[in-house]
Amino acid sequence: MARVIDIQADPDFNTAPAYERKDFTSDQTIRWCPGCGDYSILAQMQRTMPEICREMNLPRENVVFISGIGCSSRFPYYMNNYGFHTIHGRAPTIASGLRITRPDLQVWVITGDGDGLSIGGNHLMHCLRRNIDVKIVLFNNRIYGLTKGQYSPTSEMGKKTKSSPFGTVEKPINPLSIAIASKAGFVARAIDTDSGHLRKMLLRMARHRGSAFMEILQNCNVFNDGAFKDFTHKDVKSDRTVYLQHGEPIIFGKNNDKAISLRGGASGSLEPEVINVDESDRSEILIHDEAASGTAGSALAYLLAQLETPDFPVPLGVFRSIDKPLYGELLDDQIVQAKNQLGRGDFFKHLNSGDTWRVN
Amino acid sequence: MRQMSYRKSRGRVQDPSLGMFEIENVIIRFAGDSGDGIQTTGALFSHDSAIVGHDISTLPDFPAEIRAPAGTLAGVSNFQLNFSSYDIHTPGDKPDVLVALNPAALKINLKEVRHGGVLILNHDAFDEQGLKKAGYTSDPRKDESLSGYQVYDLPITSLTVAAVKSSWLTRKQAALSKNMFTLGIIAWMYDRSIEDIIERVDRLFAKKKPELAEANKLALQAGYNYADTVEVFTARFRVSKAVLPPGNYRRISGNEATALGFLAASEMSGRSLFYASYPITPASDILHELSKLRHFGVKTFQAEDEIAAIGMAIGAAYGGALGLTGTSGPGVALKSEAIGLAVMTELPVVIANIQRAGPSTGMPTKTEQADLLQALHGRNGECPVPVIAPTTPSESFNLAIEAFRIAVKYMTPVFFLSDGYLANGSEPWRIPEPDELPEFEENYCTVPETFAPYARDEQTLARAWVVPGTPGLEHRIGGLEKEDITGHVSYDSENHERMVQLRAAKIQAIADDIPDLVVHGPQTGDLLVLGWGSTRGACRHAVEYAQANGLSVAGAHVRYLNPFPKNMGEVLNNFKYVLVPELNLGQLRMVLRAEFLVDAIGLNKVQGQPLSTMEIEEKIYEILGATLPSAAHG
Repeated sequence: MARVIDIQADPDFNTAPAYERKDFTSDQTIRWCPGCGDYSILAQMQRTMPEICREMNLPRENVVFISGIGCSSRFPYYMNNYGFHTIHGRAPTIASGLRITRPDLQVWVITGDGDGLSIGGNHLMHCLRRNIDVKIVLFNNRIYGLTKGQYSPTSEMGKKTKSSPFGTVEKPINPLSIAIASKAGFVARAIDTDSGHLRKMLLRMARHRGSAFMEILQNCNVFNDGAFKDFTHKDVKSDRTVYLQHGEPIIFGKNNDKAISLRGGASGSLEPEVINVDESDRSEILIHDEAASGTAGSALAYLLAQLETPDFPVPLGVFRSIDKPLYGELLDDQIVQAKNQLGRGDFFKHLNSGDTWRVN
Repeated sequence: MRQMSYRKSRGRVQDPSLGMFEIENVIIRFAGDSGDGIQTTGALFSHDSAIVGHDISTLPDFPAEIRAPAGTLAGVSNFQLNFSSYDIHTPGDKPDVLVALNPAALKINLKEVRHGGVLILNHDAFDEQGLKKAGYTSDPRKDESLSGYQVYDLPITSLTVAAVKSSWLTRKQAALSKNMFTLGIIAWMYDRSIEDIIERVDRLFAKKKPELAEANKLALQAGYNYADTVEVFTARFRVSKAVLPPGNYRRISGNEATALGFLAASEMSGRSLFYASYPITPASDILHELSKLRHFGVKTFQAEDEIAAIGMAIGAAYGGALGLTGTSGPGVALKSEAIGLAVMTELPVVIANIQRAGPSTGMPTKTEQADLLQALHGRNGECPVPVIAPTTPSESFNLAIEAFRIAVKYMTPVFFLSDGYLANGSEPWRIPEPDELPEFEENYCTVPETFAPYARDEQTLARAWVVPGTPGLEHRIGGLEKEDITGHVSYDSENHERMVQLRAAKIQAIADDIPDLVVHGPQTGDLLVLGWGSTRGACRHAVEYAQANGLSVAGAHVRYLNPFPKNMGEVLNNFKYVLVPELNLGQLRMVLRAEFLVDAIGLNKVQGQPLSTMEIEEKIYEILGATLPSAAHG
């Protein structure tokens, strides 16, 4: 009887050649609407992949893109890797099953605000909390685009859409809050229009060992055009966004004159405020620590995730990045330990173990 | 025939001085409260019966509530065992012996006990409160209710407490061993070695709960001694060993056999097994069994829900492992969309459905076969999935292997349809030798020089299983309709029709790769009894008895429900009547009528209980206008 072999690529054979962007471009015609933010995200992924593969010595065939349903979920068709366009909301489950049985693969999930937070919210949460080494990129356009313009779980309250002509009466969900609450090891946010930053974030995600989550604010120019323009427009962007840098004070503004502070009100509560850098003590500026451990770490990341315009700048960058044991490795350890303790299972010995009797 | 020979043999005194009677089989039902250890008692005696060489068949039957209020009808837990000196296939219709530890257990079960059968009652539980809880307005022991039965009304609780008081348990704790006291009595009645049972109790409990083991052992011995010394019982019975083919045996339940079969598929194929499941009655034992097998490299995953479980299995299959998920009907409902994805992407996944009584939550611990149409058709679009069903607990082993053989060879999801009765029922199983395992033809796809994801093998119509990590063959799959051969997304109308036809033809072609339906008895005649799944034992006995009485009856049992065996139509046409007994309202019958234009007759039962032999016999005689011999009535 055959011994069970783990199906993995031969490490000597699958070494990464030097790739270029075109190596990650499939022959499929892209079917997103002209002007869609998805084009930029696709381009940045295709441009970052050569670097990811080089740095991690990863052959193209060992990178897999798995998606659910929605505009964003067409993504795998356009990457020249292995790709699986699955069903609505379930991409994290398929990605988990693949990653657990194939530790040699780098697995990405491409999802959207409807796919990842509405129909698939449950799977997103559990994939993150288990720390399965899957990189989840959520394109948040705050609308259902593929079904032509219904509100999504991230649509702002009161939004008028085809399915809410009188405005929605429900509060939106914050994707980063969910990821942080689910104890994701890596949590980040980027915007489709800042391609340089987006590429950096994709590279950081690829490097992270464990569940990684990134929200990309993505403009749907057909059904929700300008959803983020109040803070992404070039005239206001530097005053209304802040790029988080690990170990650096959280400073923003056209003239780097504003900062986030937690110096607290009279009550000493955890109330963030925007302070003027020149008029304040340097020590009052919050220093970003994406690797802060324990309760304070996730609390700080959570607090930053709540910052919104107009009172605060919208933070971009890595909110949280910590190392935790991987689900797959813990499971594989159990297998190694069981084999050490019991010996590699012998099937017929196993069948004949326990209470058996002989009939002659 | 069985009933008649049974009655004949019952009176054959072997050694009157010892009061030892030789009989061929006994059906015992242990009944009591959910907290009375009925399932443990039943399992222990079943195990002993198997070890001493009888053929056995068991039927555990318990409430879904972990503990319903003590003493109520809702809380009654039963375990039925049929052990015999010949080949048996069911736990038996009517118990010869009922052990009832409280009035509720008596009330629920009395109507099923064979007339003239033995009732062992726990006198201590038949107080005013106990009778009231069971809904008795008068004490059945004192009115006419129990006339015609041999009643042993014994103070089981107090005798147990007296026996175990030497250990340091409270009265309440001591009373918990009353199931063991009754087991001691039964062991004596059926001439068993009490030492063997005590030794097993020791092995099971001594490490985990030494004081419980001690009390149990004392109670067992006390029950045995009581029966031996107190001259209450007038006779003992001996059942000869069954003549079983030589080999190594173990007792196995359907769920255990299922788990081992899936392990076998992994071992034979050299592919690692990945089982993702969400806990659900009565399928959870498969998860428990497979979770113990880390040293075989088996990976089990308790998913966040049913949908995640099949998603994980599909992901594992996509990567080249044996992707498996298991559940019961409500779970299948949730998995349906994902099963469609596996059909569309043509990935090998096995879905084990351990059926239970539905619809909705239904009766989780009770058996039914009402998910057949769900397995065949319960998905959107034209979505064919092969469906196979084991017919006995131990056969689950071979069919679990078969499920993966078909899945991998044909690149398709496969339904494995078991049910609660098979899952929890147990029987002796001759452990196969290495050369006796069924073939597992691995479909190592030969990748053509110009690879295309949906190019097909000419014979099987399967596409190649090219897994991520294979250099140069990067491609995309998904749930959108595929262009033939290239696998590109396609909305072309003719292509869609071609793909629908191709997917259907692929599944239909499996008919060339499965055994013909075997007819037991005359190959043509008046009546064919055609069953599927767990009704096999009852069908087979009923057909054999009818044949022995000269009726022109044959039996066949379907294991392959999609596609059907190739000779199905021919077999159906060889009989004047076709009877289809099922634990549903006629699902297989509907399919047979639709597909073969045969005027099949149904025998349908949806009581959460298996069909009895007698019920099928009665229907056979009714259809053929014959008179059921009165001796056959219990």
